[in-house]
Amino acid sequence: MGKLPIRNNIRKLRFHHDEMTQQQLADKVGVTRQTIIAIEQGKYFPSLELAFRIALVFNVPLEEVFFVEKESS
Amino acid sequence: MSYQERRAIVSFISTILISAIYSAYMVQRYPAGNPYSADIFRFWGSFFLILIPVSIVARIVIHILFNIITSVATKEKEPSITDERDRLIGLKATRNTLYVFTFGFLLAMGALIMDMPPTAMFIILFCSKIVSEIVGDISQLYFYRRGV
Repeated sequence: MGKLPIRNNIRKLRFHHDEMTQQQLADKVGVTRQTIIAIEQGKYFPSLELAFRIALVFNVPLEEVFFVEKESS
Repeated sequence: MSYQERRAIVSFISTILISAIYSAYMVQRYPAGNPYSADIFRFWGSFFLILIPVSIVARIVIHILFNIITSVATKEKEPSITDERDRLIGLKATRNTLYVFTFGFLLAMGALIMDMPPTAMFIILFCSKIVSEIVGDISQLYFYRRGV
């Protein structure tokens, strides 16, 4: 089974929340800024708990933060 | 380059430096004569026992110097938290370290089976310690750079 192409809208959501910085988001969810950068770049997939924490910061459902990219066939 | 990546590089360099300087110092104390004598075992026992505190102290000193230089040069302080990604990377790097050391340990035992002198076994053990630490540092750097 191949890897799911999981993407995220964190950068866009930060922008729509008063242009929140990566450091501000990192402080709110209790991780380092490097981890937020890695998540945004798709280099790290967070735990379910951290994913929910990020969604709670933006006050949106989880699937608005993380989603599976539909493959164009 | 992030703080964690720089720390992995410094750890890599310090592993090589500490091992090279320590072995260069200890090789002068290697007892001459019968390779199966009790002196050889005493030498290797002290070699590994002294290596542990020397390595710990040297790493602490290097870590303090690294923090001072980093904060002066980049105004970046050591992250106050270790988050889930840091822990995951640490665990994966430790796993790789243990794989390599286990292989080295088996190789060292193989040297004894093949009737090689005890010194060969101890040298293989020491080399596998160095290589496993290097693999751990490179793994950390790789996971921080390429993702985990």
